[in-house]
Amino acid sequence: MDVLNLGTKAAEDFIREVEKLSGQKLANCYQCHKCTAGCPAAYTMDLGPGRIMRLVQLGQEERVLTSNTIWVCASCLTCTTRCPQEIDVARVMDTLRILARKKGFKGDKDVPIFNEVFLANLRAHGRIFEPTMLAWYNLKSRHFLKDALKGPVMFFRGKLPMFPHEVREKASIERLFSKAEGGEKK
Amino acid sequence: MRYAYYPGCSLKSVAVEYDAALKAVCEKLGVTLDEIDDWACCGATPAHAVDRFLSVALPARNLATAQKAGNDVMVACAACYNRMKVANHEIATDGALRKEVNEALGTDYDGGVKVLHLIEVLVNGIGIDKLKERVTKRLDGLKVACYYGCLLLRPPKVMHFDDPENPTSMDRLIEVTGAVPISWEFKTECCGAAMGIARTDIVHKLCGRILSDAKNRGAEMIAVACPLCQSNLDLRQSDVEKDLSREFRLPVLYFVQVLGLALGIDAKSLGLDKLIVDPIPLLTQKGVI
Amino acid sequence: MARIGVFVCHCGENIAATVDVKKVAEEASKMPGVVHAEDYRFMCSDPGQRLIKKAIAEKKLTGVVVATCSPRMHETTFRRAVAEAGLNPYRCEIANLREQCSWVHADRTKATAKAIELTRLIVEKVKRNHDLFPIRVPVTRRALVVGGGIAGIQAALDIANAGHEVILVEKSPSIGGRMAQLSETFPTLDCSQCILTPRMVEVKSHPKIKLYAYSEIEEVSGFVGNFKVKIRQKARYVDAKKCTGCGLCQQKCPTKKVPSEFHELLGTRTAISIPFAQAVPNIPVIDRNSCLFFQKGRCKLCEKVCPAGAILYDQQDQIVEEQVGAVILATGFDVMGVEDFGEYGGGRYKDVITALQFERLLSSSGPTGGKVLRPSDGKEAESVVFLSCIGSRDRSKGVEYCSKICCMYVAKHAMLYKHKNHHGQAYVFYMDVRAAGKGYEEFIRRAVEEEGVVYLRGRVSRIYEQDGKLIVKGADSLSGTQVEIAADIVVLATAVKPKPGIAELAQKFHVSYDAHGFLNELHPKLRPVETASAGVYLAGACQAPKDIPDSVAQASAAASKVLALFSSAELEREPTISVVNEKDCVGCFACEAVCPFGAIERKEVRDKQGNLVKIVSHVNPGICQGCGACVVACRSQCIDVEGFRGEEVFAEIMAL
Repeated sequence: MDVLNLGTKAAEDFIREVEKLSGQKLANCYQCHKCTAGCPAAYTMDLGPGRIMRLVQLGQEERVLTSNTIWVCASCLTCTTRCPQEIDVARVMDTLRILARKKGFKGDKDVPIFNEVFLANLRAHGRIFEPTMLAWYNLKSRHFLKDALKGPVMFFRGKLPMFPHEVREKASIERLFSKAEGGEKK
Repeated sequence: MRYAYYPGCSLKSVAVEYDAALKAVCEKLGVTLDEIDDWACCGATPAHAVDRFLSVALPARNLATAQKAGNDVMVACAACYNRMKVANHEIATDGALRKEVNEALGTDYDGGVKVLHLIEVLVNGIGIDKLKERVTKRLDGLKVACYYGCLLLRPPKVMHFDDPENPTSMDRLIEVTGAVPISWEFKTECCGAAMGIARTDIVHKLCGRILSDAKNRGAEMIAVACPLCQSNLDLRQSDVEKDLSREFRLPVLYFVQVLGLALGIDAKSLGLDKLIVDPIPLLTQKGVI
Repeated sequence: MARIGVFVCHCGENIAATVDVKKVAEEASKMPGVVHAEDYRFMCSDPGQRLIKKAIAEKKLTGVVVATCSPRMHETTFRRAVAEAGLNPYRCEIANLREQCSWVHADRTKATAKAIELTRLIVEKVKRNHDLFPIRVPVTRRALVVGGGIAGIQAALDIANAGHEVILVEKSPSIGGRMAQLSETFPTLDCSQCILTPRMVEVKSHPKIKLYAYSEIEEVSGFVGNFKVKIRQKARYVDAKKCTGCGLCQQKCPTKKVPSEFHELLGTRTAISIPFAQAVPNIPVIDRNSCLFFQKGRCKLCEKVCPAGAILYDQQDQIVEEQVGAVILATGFDVMGVEDFGEYGGGRYKDVITALQFERLLSSSGPTGGKVLRPSDGKEAESVVFLSCIGSRDRSKGVEYCSKICCMYVAKHAMLYKHKNHHGQAYVFYMDVRAAGKGYEEFIRRAVEEEGVVYLRGRVSRIYEQDGKLIVKGADSLSGTQVEIAADIVVLATAVKPKPGIAELAQKFHVSYDAHGFLNELHPKLRPVETASAGVYLAGACQAPKDIPDSVAQASAAASKVLALFSSAELEREPTISVVNEKDCVGCFACEAVCPFGAIERKEVRDKQGNLVKIVSHVNPGICQGCGACVVACRSQCIDVEGFRGEEVFAEIMAL
């Protein structure tokens, strides 16, 4: 069983950080767990949204950022829609994902890889070119044979393009990515 | 009626049939679509999971272009629709973010472009009665489960699209065709969306629930409005059948394909051959084809 | 020639620690017009007051300034002392050296300088004060009680038993209110109607209570002690004088399936009906909207069978006028409906009901004879899930308050269900359990420890129908899990809210209400039954969500206020009200437009021959609260507030 250390500077800092980045007032959450109740992915989460909110309120950075909950969240926004205290729980989840990635905490293995591969593909072309995106994913995640059979099925139905489309003003996309990478982002 | 059209990446690849069908239907109804010049990906789910600025700036880039061109924007992909409306909301309410985005893009965007979903254009713009007049082939007796998914509706304070708990706009469009939109309980339950690649097991589970409920309540077909929902429910259906040891054989069509059939457009133009779970046997049986 | 006495109080250390009170007294003695100045440790004490009286007698003072704490504390005390010494009490004023000086400043020098200034201002004012005498207003010693629920009934009985006449007005066809709808009450599980109906009968037969049921307040005018109320007696289409309450009309009426309001729409009634068997008065009402005669011109069966010939299809609403001296508002509450909750079906599922509806199922006089049957198919319920805090404590639904009564009635419902169905399963989803009353916590523990009700801490995200059951998707935060239950009936403890139309009623009585419609008490701690409108009091859930013991207590409290008002035939009021200079008034009535209390009347000024010279403003001394809005609005400067006249206040300001 966990023993929580409260009132430490690290805990306070984490709470302030999450509040600032997410724009949500964490103290408003009165732990009703309506979010957990309606979460479609909760069945496979270690903590669930309700307990994540609680642990964030208590400043437990490591526990939260190494959970699989924040990665398995499907961003379906059911929690945000039904929260009686009007907290944007999904935005808190986004914030935790952003912090985990920035600070190098490891939770679920595959979802961050997918995000990375997707965005790299976007950056390269301006639009998503599925063939290379999926191929890179398989490589990086080491699920080499994932959807191996589905690929050809999609291709022969004309659902996978052969060549990528390059956005004309690619420099504008690159500027956005550079800005996102450098400096303190919201 | 004229709109700036934002297809989104999927409509040029895994959801080409959505693009084909909506273009055929729009042409028939006299709606002109001008594809937004040099549009780029909206960032979908990965962007907002990685960086807030990026997730707002990417859609804003396209919207800023549309604002200069002058027309309202029409989107068909539910995820792109959601990201654009959220971006508009964030830019309109967060002054610091707005400044940052405009600086990076070299634009003067204020979050004011109206973004409409294809469903809104059809139901509000053209109107149910006008659509009824244009029906040439009725799909009587076809039981359709209208599946809305998440991103069309949530968060309700930003999306303002239909009733977030019990939406009916797609049902009304299906009703126009003569088909029967069934009453079922998983209209707005998540299909697993972006988990499709990284955690396909979750998509299987969630789609299993959706397909089961639809089938239990007598659905013969599922109508969707989102490329990701379509791909999860269609492409992965055979795997879900294996997981649950149960046969579904539920074709998953874009709602606009169903509408297109009723308007007399042929199956090929609507891209029905691109669907994984073949709809032709069912449609033949119902005398539609 | 002014002869002012200044008395500076130390207030122990409260003032003296920060203000040099001796210096203030010293400086005061130098102020023009001041003939006596002293300081003392506690001016409000008996010795302190004696100092004032002594100075008045010895120095023949024409005015007194007590430089002390806030006038809200002891103005009355000092004015009484001054009056006892033979000086008009309104020649005594307070300079607030505590709340406005010593308690808010730290620098002794500056605070003392300010204290001297404050004293100087009041000295200048008092020099211009003149004698004022309390206003006497006659009191009509009859009370009006609006609302015939348990609070209204209790208040009416208390006042009537004290010997004063009470007019009791009730909107629905019978008195009894919510209590008549309840099966049993917590924490005793008394049969609700059994303890209520004797009170209802008492009201009916009390010689001092005049009951207007099926009536509404049409118009109100007047002021404390002298209200004129117009009451609309709605047409029942039955002659109350002839009807014997035999019930034959109800038996024979062919229109049998009208959704019954008393059964919260779960059961039905006939077009001509009495809401429940013990109704007071026991006279039926014809509902025009469902009656075959009124809608289609047919039937008339009730007229044919009535042995007393009491049916009157052409009966009209009647307006009755009553004069009363005090009003108690006891209009009760409503609850949010299931339609407001889309995630729970929004009304689409027949078996998702409100707690009030469940109360009707439990009640032996209810639509199912007291059996807990599913509204959808009439089958017995094997599993019932109760949801707390539905709408309450929910910002997203616009109701941030707690409805107070639900935790208790949910436990009650769960226990009563188990009593009726021993093998049934009862689950309660809760956030917190609030059981602060006498015997309340024990009641909850009984539900959990002895009756086997399962309490789950968490909210339910949604409910949907599957295979004839209601699937409840909730969570239990204590075990950190999702919880799914297949229920037969789901009972929503929806938020308590005021009755519809409360805003219009409150405006008629000039009573303010909060954003939710609950009527505002004068002070939340110390004046819970009074309102800002003199003579109008509150009782029961119309003020805030409340259970029966508190409603009854509040009703008796309101009654006691009314009895105090009625304790003499005349009402004494503070004379610090507005007065019109009729010579200069041009009759523009800007004052009438701004007066929030309706205290301005129009008065004709006639010459000796009786010709009309002009119409001027006149302030009704019984209503005016002395707020001064009229003074600001008057363009001719011919209206002023006694005790705060322009001359006095101007002198204060100029003395700075």
